[in-house]
Amino acid sequence: MRSFVPDYELVVAARLNDALDMLAEGWRPIAGGTDLMVLFNAGKLPYRKLVSIRRVKELSSIEESETEISIGAAVTYTHIRQHPVLRQEFPLLCSAASWTGSIANQNRGTLGGNIINASPAADSSPVLLVYDAELELISLRGTRRIPYCDFHLGYKKMQIRDDELLRSIHLPRKTENRRSYIRKVGPRQAQAISKVCFAATARLRGSAIDEVRIAAGSVAPVPLRCHATESVLRGQSISPDLIETAANAIAAEVQPITDIRSTRDYRRAVTANLLKQFLQTLA
Amino acid sequence: MAECSVSFTVNGRIQSVTVPPMKRLLDVLREDLNLTGTKEGCGEGECGACAVLLNDELVNSCLVPVRDASGARICTIEGVPAAGQLHRLQQAFIEAGAAQCGICTPGMIMAGLQLLSRCPHPTLEEIREGLSGNLCRCTGYMRIFEAIQNVAQSSE
Amino acid sequence: MYSKSMEPRIVGTAVPRKEAAAKVTGTAQYVDDVSLPGMLHGVTVRSGHPRALIRHIHFGDGIPWHEFTIVTARDIPGRNIVTLIFDDQPFLADGEINHPEEPVLLLAHENKDMVRRARQHVFIDYDPLPAIFDIDEALQAKTIIWGEDNVFKRYCIEKGDVDAVWSQADFIVEGEYSTEAQEQLYIEPQGMLATWDPETGITVRGSMQCPFYVQKALMPLFNLPAEKVRVIQQETGGAFGGKEEYPSMIAGHAALLAWKSGRPVKMIYDREEDMAATTKRHPSRTRHRTAVSRDGRLLAMDIEFIIDGGAYATLSSVVLSRGTIHAAGPYRCDNIRVRSTAVATNTPPHGAFRGFGAPQSLFAIERHMNKVARTLGLTPEEFRRRNFLRQGDSTATGQLIKQPLDLARLQQRALQLAGYADKLERFSRLNREGTRKKGIGFSTFMHGAGFTGSGERHLQSVVHLEARADGTVCVLSSMTEMGQGTNTILAQIAAEALGTSYEQVQVLRPDTAQVPNSGPTVASRTAMVIGRLVQSAALSLKEKLLQAALLQPGYTPEQFQSACREYICSIGPLKTSAQYEEPPGVHWDDEKYRGEAYGAFSWAVHVAEVTVDTVTGEIQLDDFVALQEVGRVLNPVLARGQIEGGVAQAIGYALYEKVVWRDGGMANNQMTNYIMPTAMDLPPIRVYFEEIPYEHGAMGAKGIGELPMDGPAPAILNAVENALGISFCHIPLLPEDVLSELSVAREAALDLAGSVV
Ligand SMILES: Cc1cc2nc3c(=O)[nH]c(=O)nc-3n(C[C@H](O)[C@H](O)[C@H](O)COP(=O)(O)OP(=O)(O)OC[C@H]3O[C@@H](n4cnc5c(N)ncnc54)[C@H](O)[C@@H]3O)c2cc1C
Ligand code: FES
Ligand code: FES
Repeated sequence: MRSFVPDYELVVAARLNDALDMLAEGWRPIAGGTDLMVLFNAGKLPYRKLVSIRRVKELSSIEESETEISIGAAVTYTHIRQHPVLRQEFPLLCSAASWTGSIANQNRGTLGGNIINASPAADSSPVLLVYDAELELISLRGTRRIPYCDFHLGYKKMQIRDDELLRSIHLPRKTENRRSYIRKVGPRQAQAISKVCFAATARLRGSAIDEVRIAAGSVAPVPLRCHATESVLRGQSISPDLIETAANAIAAEVQPITDIRSTRDYRRAVTANLLKQFLQTLA
Repeated sequence: MAECSVSFTVNGRIQSVTVPPMKRLLDVLREDLNLTGTKEGCGEGECGACAVLLNDELVNSCLVPVRDASGARICTIEGVPAAGQLHRLQQAFIEAGAAQCGICTPGMIMAGLQLLSRCPHPTLEEIREGLSGNLCRCTGYMRIFEAIQNVAQSSE
Repeated sequence: MYSKSMEPRIVGTAVPRKEAAAKVTGTAQYVDDVSLPGMLHGVTVRSGHPRALIRHIHFGDGIPWHEFTIVTARDIPGRNIVTLIFDDQPFLADGEINHPEEPVLLLAHENKDMVRRARQHVFIDYDPLPAIFDIDEALQAKTIIWGEDNVFKRYCIEKGDVDAVWSQADFIVEGEYSTEAQEQLYIEPQGMLATWDPETGITVRGSMQCPFYVQKALMPLFNLPAEKVRVIQQETGGAFGGKEEYPSMIAGHAALLAWKSGRPVKMIYDREEDMAATTKRHPSRTRHRTAVSRDGRLLAMDIEFIIDGGAYATLSSVVLSRGTIHAAGPYRCDNIRVRSTAVATNTPPHGAFRGFGAPQSLFAIERHMNKVARTLGLTPEEFRRRNFLRQGDSTATGQLIKQPLDLARLQQRALQLAGYADKLERFSRLNREGTRKKGIGFSTFMHGAGFTGSGERHLQSVVHLEARADGTVCVLSSMTEMGQGTNTILAQIAAEALGTSYEQVQVLRPDTAQVPNSGPTVASRTAMVIGRLVQSAALSLKEKLLQAALLQPGYTPEQFQSACREYICSIGPLKTSAQYEEPPGVHWDDEKYRGEAYGAFSWAVHVAEVTVDTVTGEIQLDDFVALQEVGRVLNPVLARGQIEGGVAQAIGYALYEKVVWRDGGMANNQMTNYIMPTAMDLPPIRVYFEEIPYEHGAMGAKGIGELPMDGPAPAILNAVENALGISFCHIPLLPEDVLSELSVAREAALDLAGSVV
């Protein structure tokens, strides 16, 4: 079922302020359109007035400072994959970008769109959670920053107001000595919506886990940072028992559902198995 | 609601159309510009039959609102032959038997061009990745890989 | 006839496909690429209910309905039945609904957006009726939705006396195997463009396999004679059986709208509608009961094969027939019974799909043979070797194998090409550790080419050859090109037989006003059956030139062309035709289902190598070897392409493609959610041929198109069994199934460990 095309409006904003003005008047942003246009083509797009933010310069660059990397919300996956600093310091993000859709989708799709589309299966979300990302939101009223782990409130519910734009995603640069792990489990090797996507980082002191971050997608109404499982692991030394305990903890912490793409049991079992696989790499 | 006027360069020629701004680039190419070589296989960004190059980047034209392409440089399958001669990738498709029913072929060739421009000597893995957004139900992809490999080799 | 002494120049070489240039430049004209002045766009309003009575149709507010052409069952000028085998399916529902995608009403408008919007404003009230959705419910017959017992068709093949054997058997092995629906997923959705003219009648052009099926269906719909129903094939973007019978439906709809509006009407399905509403492969369930002797001989095979045909009979009886005949596989056994049934359910009708019933029943036998071998303590290859059909043996229907056949050698060669023995040994060592388990497995099978039994005799296919004034020759047949290479191989055969060049032969696009009826483009019959007719028509054309003394033996292609020109100039039109003649010694009994089921079988061995990740249950294919004996290979590149494409489609069938049903409708009718393999999901597919020319096929060719669909699924599941030691009997085999079986196996192992202590 298609939308009635003449009912919809679209303008292309050249500058950030133009976009913010329009948002304040009730227009909705469109970036790469790889989520929005699918809804539109299926006749399921709930809004009629769209402002394209693809050409806003402030949103499409990647900036480096001593303490953080800031990725504009409209930066594409292709751009992320090719960026030398991201490849060096945030390889999990580049991996996630590399298996988002296909080349054509990566040329259009943006990190900001992935976050605001707020699919629980979004591939960048677990990565941003384990990298402790912060989001910068902007409106005519000003800007504010919120930790990404507080951003999702419920299924497709977020801490963003209608007049706000996601401006950029900040990643703190303190990633050295961390071991990291990422895996996407989807129905096929490309063009796949994740059944489970899993990311984790850890730092060891001696044989003990000094610092650990675990996140998973497609296993709860929101991208899930697995705090309870992390606390089971923190300060402990890797052992078969610990791995088993942690696997049980994460199986209890996730709340997956059965849908047309996979089953609850499968998602739960795979998340636990991936955690084990990660922990075994630390041993 | 209001239509808008959009101009861009298609296969080297400046074109202007007056259409609803959210009309898909795919439909504008096919209906308004009569460039029917670009195909629709799904309308959901999944099959790549509608792929074109937009400012040298591979995109699925079913996901591009036409107004978003204003001012852009667009290349469709009709623009691939140069000076009336088939592009060597097109020639390679013919020789390797890479086109069967042919419905995926225009998109597949656009994806192949993007791949070869980013990576003139791709490995098999890179070829597989470069074409992974273009579904082909006829060939099992093997002849298509071969066509791309043949072009890459001949340019050594 | 093809003789070995004749040195082929064109047949057997990789000439480029006829339409290749049009396809790589995007100039090939598929139906959606054609527009006519004043054209309207048509859409279908569907039921949305699995089974119901229509109470009332009403039209919502806010739509300028007077601008629309609207067609319901009441408007139909002729018979409201899609003519095929049984007369049960209406073009438009008339009072009663039997599946959720049943067409109820048609709309057309010149604005595509408008007509799509309007579709959402037609409201239909229903009185729901109880519905049934699977084989078991259909057989229980508590709710009857078709005929007296929900059964479209039954067959029984009996050879020897199965029941006399059970008591003498050393082992009796039973197994149950099942397969799900599969969507053809041609990348070009279905579409038709119809025009109506009071003088000339209906013309439809579109994406299709069988122009004369469409014509036959439209004639009674409009009460028009054949000359007033013209059907033209457009370039067809994949079909795989999916455009065998369904095009009659959409052509009828477009034609009704054109007839009522007096304007050209184009109907193109979008992907969602195409996936939901058009036919799919029949789901199936097969039960085997097999008697074997201790020394590994098959004594008796008792097979029950059931397919789910959906709401209307369409082609289910024929699909069932092919599945039934292939159910015993390529094995020699004196006592065979195959009982088969096609049942009705309230889903859209299932239909033709590459393989046509054989992939289902061959999946079962090829999994089951491994089970029997295991029971006997034999390797799967040794058990098969002891039981392969050989020249002089007879098949389940009693068909004598007249051609040379050495499946043991074929099997041995395929296993060698795959490095089977080494890998078996290496994998069993590797699999002791780690989470990634490797396995290798294979299947051995056959596929009958051409229509079953007396089918070809009933069809009486005709082809014409016609020389043009410029000395080129045109092939006229109703065989459609849909990617499989019809145009190319028919031109090759004609050129070879005529002694002209490939470039000088044209193949006319099928148009019922211009080509003779050569039957439908299905059943792997194009090369073997129709190619043969092209060959004979070509020989008679050549003969005419020789007799007119315009040619001398040993002529060149150039001389051939000038001879044609001269003939046409001085004598007149140069046209020949050929009609099907049954090869000698073919007998088929439709009642008992005994005799020569097919003119010839093609034979194959497929070997699959897999890695199963026990962390996620994902199965990755690492290597695939497909070795087949298909008679003469007419064009090595095209033939290879057929095998690779078929294997890829069958890999999808085995591991990825699942139709999720909800109340009789497809719930995952998007390409995002119905998963076909991408370029990243396939192993290298290594294709090898053995060539044993078949004397009654064109230049020695047999069928090739469907064969590769049959073998991969059982080969892959046999490989998975080798990797994990778990026997899966259902496809698609998804990671969800693997992981859940692995955890069952793990728990069982723990229980066992516990009970030992
Ligand atoms: C074929 C295909 C395959 C895909 N595969 C994957 C996959 O593997 N993994 C995955 O995670 N996703 C996948 N996606 C989904 C999609 O590509 C991503 O979510 C992408 O990142 C969306 O970005 P976009 O710029 O295209 O978003 P858009 O469609 O433009 O926008 C998405 C939403 O975000 C809002 N928005 C966009 N930018 C901003 C902003 N700066 N501030 C506020 N709101 C904003 C929009 O209003 C809209 O609600 C796939 C999509 C397709 C079509
Ligand atoms: S039609 Fe655009 S990706 Fe399929
Ligand atoms: S050639 Fe038919 S889909 Fe690719």
